[in-house]
Amino acid sequence: MMPAGPLLAADSLHKAYGPTPALDGADFSIHGGEVVAVMGPSGSGKSTLLHCLAGIVTPDSGTITYAGRELSAMNDTERSALRRSDFGFVFQFGQLVPELTCVENVALPLRLNGAGRRDAERTALAWMERLEVDDLGGKRPGEVSGGQGQRVAVARSLVTNPKVLFADEPTGALDSLNGERVMQLLTDAARSAGAAVVLVTHEARVAAYSDREIVVRDGRSRDMERVV
Amino acid sequence: MACIVTGMSIGHALLGLLESGPRHGYDLKRAFDEKFGHDRPLHYGQVYSTMSRLLKNGLVEVDGVEAGDGPDRKRYAITDAGITDVARWLATPEKPEPYLQSTLYTKVVLALMTGRDASDLLDTQRAEHLRLMRILTDRKRRGDLADQLVCDHALFHLEADLRWLELTAARLDGLTKEVRG
Ligand SMILES: Nc1ncnc2c1ncn2[C@@H]1O[C@H](COP(=O)(O)OP(=O)(O)O)[C@@H](O)[C@H]1O
Ligand SMILES: [Mg+2]
Repeated sequence: MMPAGPLLAADSLHKAYGPTPALDGADFSIHGGEVVAVMGPSGSGKSTLLHCLAGIVTPDSGTITYAGRELSAMNDTERSALRRSDFGFVFQFGQLVPELTCVENVALPLRLNGAGRRDAERTALAWMERLEVDDLGGKRPGEVSGGQGQRVAVARSLVTNPKVLFADEPTGALDSLNGERVMQLLTDAARSAGAAVVLVTHEARVAAYSDREIVVRDGRSRDMERVV
Repeated sequence: MACIVTGMSIGHALLGLLESGPRHGYDLKRAFDEKFGHDRPLHYGQVYSTMSRLLKNGLVEVDGVEAGDGPDRKRYAITDAGITDVARWLATPEKPEPYLQSTLYTKVVLALMTGRDASDLLDTQRAEHLRLMRILTDRKRRGDLADQLVCDHALFHLEADLRWLELTAARLDGLTKEVRG
């Protein structure tokens, strides 16, 4: 089941914003299909680590390897192509486009990749069914609840069949019941699609949906699998 | 309120108190009562039976005896084996179960008093708690409504342990920094 090497790995990442080090020698690795929680106090560097891993932020030093390719060796165009084809994203606040309907939002990544409207929306609806929000297709984000909006955002993040789903505090703005529901549907959908999940959270109940956890503190990471 | 250190860890708590320097039996009792005993102080009998067990196991040694009578006169010092024992105890996570805070509290305070890192303890305990929380989460997702409710109750309690431990470690870490200046 476990492939030979990790799908995505980071080694000794450093990143500073002015005098503040956000990452100070962080390591990370995830295998295909694995769900890894990134835990740690607020301000410890979790989001910075996620942004580096996803090629959104360039670290000052250190290496990131995805499927055998070094991210730093790619140019901006190659990196954004990789993000569109292989990565999916969910953030704390859905970041849905308010002018589009829910189904148009979910279909958007496919449309940006050149798919026709009808095909894109059919695929989008299938994902919305898995996230149990297919009845909201015609509504705009402003007309649905926070929990429903997050499930729409999860559907959008998986619609392109990404290899890695990056989720930064995906339940951070939800109550317990809706948070549980999002986590259950997110991990079920990701597992059945074979997507690996990098799950940033400071909540243990959310991290309990992962296979293992790493802890970030003061910009340094600790792989609890290797410690315990 | 019960004495916050359970019988299991009195020995380790006393050992930990000895790490900062040798102490007499009465001094140990006073330090223990002040830090961990709250409104249920240790009996002298408990102190001496615990110390004689630690002595027998080579975890402490008698560092000096004051003139006079009685066990009260002995001054105890921790041995290398004792320091190793404290380190092992602090590094070993507690089995997750409700109402652990007494032992966890003792561990955090002793870790900081002996110049160890409370975050290590926190991370190790979190890993142990998460191991159980994953099992409960999985059971919940397969189970019926009754399973879900029972597992949720346990999950919230385990999470509360961790949040409390995290806050305590953060507060005490800050306090330690202040004290060490
Ligand atoms: N774009 C930015 N500009 C300046 N400082 C930043 C920026 N992003 C993060 N930081 C700083 O880097 C540190 C880590 O932040 P972050 O990765 O967001 O932590 P976390 O997600 O764990 O809360 C913090 O001190 C934060 O203030
Ligand atoms: Mg963050």
